[in-house]
Amino acid sequence: MSVSSTTPATTAEELSEGGRRELPQKRAKAALSEGKRQERRLGWLLCAPAALVMVAVTAYPILYSFWLSLQRYDLKFPSEREFVWFANYATVLSNGYWWTAFGVTLLITVVSVAVELVLGMALALVMHRTLIGRGLVRTSALIPYGIVTVVAAFSWRYAWTPSTGYLANLLSDGAPLTERASALSIIILAEIWKTTPFMALLLMAGLALVPEDLLKAASMDGASAWQRFTRVMLPVMKPAILVALLFRTLDAFRVFDNIYVLTNGANETSSVSMIAYNNLMKGLNLGIGSTMSVLIFLAVAIIAFVFVKLFGTAAPGSSDEGRR
Amino acid sequence: MADIVLDKVTKSFPDGTTAVHGIDLEIADGEFVILVGPSGCGKSTTLNMIAGLEDITSGELRIGGQRVNDRAPKDRDIAMVFQSYALYPNMTVRENMAFPLKLAKMAKEEIDRKVGEAAKVLELTEHLDRKPANLSGGQRQRVAMGRAIVRSPKAFLMDEPLSNLDAKLRVQMRTQVSRLQKQLGTTTVYVTHDQTEAMTLGDRVVVMRGGHLQQVGDPQTLYDRPVNLFVAGFIGSPSMNFLPATVEENALRCPMGELALDDRLRRLLTAADAPRQLVLGIRPEHFEDAALVDQAGKGFTFTAPVDLVESMGSDKYVYFSVEGGPAVAADLEDLAADAGGADVPHDRANLVTRLSAESRVRGGQEARIWMNVDKIHLFDPSSGRNITLQEEEPAGVAAS
Repeated sequence: MSVSSTTPATTAEELSEGGRRELPQKRAKAALSEGKRQERRLGWLLCAPAALVMVAVTAYPILYSFWLSLQRYDLKFPSEREFVWFANYATVLSNGYWWTAFGVTLLITVVSVAVELVLGMALALVMHRTLIGRGLVRTSALIPYGIVTVVAAFSWRYAWTPSTGYLANLLSDGAPLTERASALSIIILAEIWKTTPFMALLLMAGLALVPEDLLKAASMDGASAWQRFTRVMLPVMKPAILVALLFRTLDAFRVFDNIYVLTNGANETSSVSMIAYNNLMKGLNLGIGSTMSVLIFLAVAIIAFVFVKLFGTAAPGSSDEGRR
Repeated sequence: MADIVLDKVTKSFPDGTTAVHGIDLEIADGEFVILVGPSGCGKSTTLNMIAGLEDITSGELRIGGQRVNDRAPKDRDIAMVFQSYALYPNMTVRENMAFPLKLAKMAKEEIDRKVGEAAKVLELTEHLDRKPANLSGGQRQRVAMGRAIVRSPKAFLMDEPLSNLDAKLRVQMRTQVSRLQKQLGTTTVYVTHDQTEAMTLGDRVVVMRGGHLQQVGDPQTLYDRPVNLFVAGFIGSPSMNFLPATVEENALRCPMGELALDDRLRRLLTAADAPRQLVLGIRPEHFEDAALVDQAGKGFTFTAPVDLVESMGSDKYVYFSVEGGPAVAADLEDLAADAGGADVPHDRANLVTRLSAESRVRGGQEARIWMNVDKIHLFDPSSGRNITLQEEEPAGVAAS
């Protein structure tokens, strides 16, 4: 039965289950049979190409920008390049512009994701329940998501341009994109319009996971439509909802293109990505720009951590039991 | 508790198919009625209409004397047990069972008391705080039952509640369901495709096919006096043997030989204006090893080569193949399709017999077998009608 290459000693050890359990972890590892070790080696070899690509395209840029963030490095004054430890972080974190942008980003993230969740859920329910013209409904709902963000943003900008835009003329006689509150509202609106279909698509996958029998049982048990939704559907869909929220929150936090096209960050409407871009690409300040990128990376990592650890978001398809 | 009356209840779907064709059924208060039939016979649709999960296209449904066609499921005061159990995965066993009571805004102490009682009856007390995912199949099934009984509803509807259990547990749960129903005395409608379940559980069994009622009656009546080929073949395991038979001058020619027509049969055949080609049906237990029969003269004895002997301990199933080809009728094709894979037609008919354990019949040898002629059924192959029932008053209600 046992693998021929296994030495008698390890076989005996493996057979006495009780004895093996008492062994310290390290001994147990050392006692791996030759077959197991080869299997493990093969596992690493099979992973290696993917791991190498990951290192090249993500780990290297991250580490390089972290390295840059520890230096005073402005391309306008290349001779003043100098290693300054965390001085750049102190500069950014004590700067009012950064915190304004941070606040704007949080506002856009929270408001747009919250609205998208509600609208997306409604859309998903409609798409899930539609019996007639299901394909047409789904396709038309997904159109906004299929349009390039920059293109959509330009059409929003034209729509809100005073005197020529149809929305600007309809709703106000000022220039809504030049005032902070209205500009932010328009940015959020553009975000919502663009990504609600994505949210709906993710939620619809979750809806498909709710067994029909469960809803039937609930209606037999006396639940109204709303009670069926809140007490049966939502709890069963929770994993799908959390995944959708996680994706969208991470996405929304990095908001860039809509702001770039609509206001270009005027009137304090910049997001953190915007000011990082301005410092890095326009200001050519590699040190400060990289510091901001690293801070954004940290913020995104924290969001992901909170979702995964605190709310128990699991990767789609993995069961609760599978999470260790 | 209440009676349930289906009055010409019909279900048609928007695509034009009719799943249930105007069925009439009266279920008395406290009765345990089984709807049985092959898949697609309309039994689940009928149950869903009683539950209110499907609209009734036409006809009337009355529960406790009141028309409930247009009432939502929650207003019908009926509980249902699903094949998948449909337990809420996010709730514990206790919360699952308390859910209908909570929705009914019952006081907390009252809920605790009722859930406690139901859990005790179903032996779930120690599992009350576990989630369904951590229960075995049998325990989940009991939780589903518990959720139904805590409400003390007017009726229970059960949609194949035992199909997801393994064979042994199914037998065990079957007796438990039966005992529980007798104990509570609640009107119960139970859907199954398993004729054994139907026979063992129900006060009355309703055999359905293609959206029509075939026969309604107590299990013994269905077994002894099936109104047509379909019921005869569907009820009983191993099922009834069907053989081609031809009416001759004074005899009935069948693959085993010529059976003398006695007065009773002759009278029945004349009364029914029967065709010359018939299907002869006889159950396996109506055969016996001729060596073990005292009055062999009263029946019909024939000799045939034995294919196979299956010894069950209490008796022996002996398989023969007899010359003359299998019986042909539309109903039989339906049955074969339901049993999975229509038999490959060949020129020999298979015969299953159930003989005493003392029989010394051996595989590969010729055996002398006695057949109880009084127990044969004759069917009209085109309509499937049981001709041998004509003379006596019809058993149960035979629908179109």
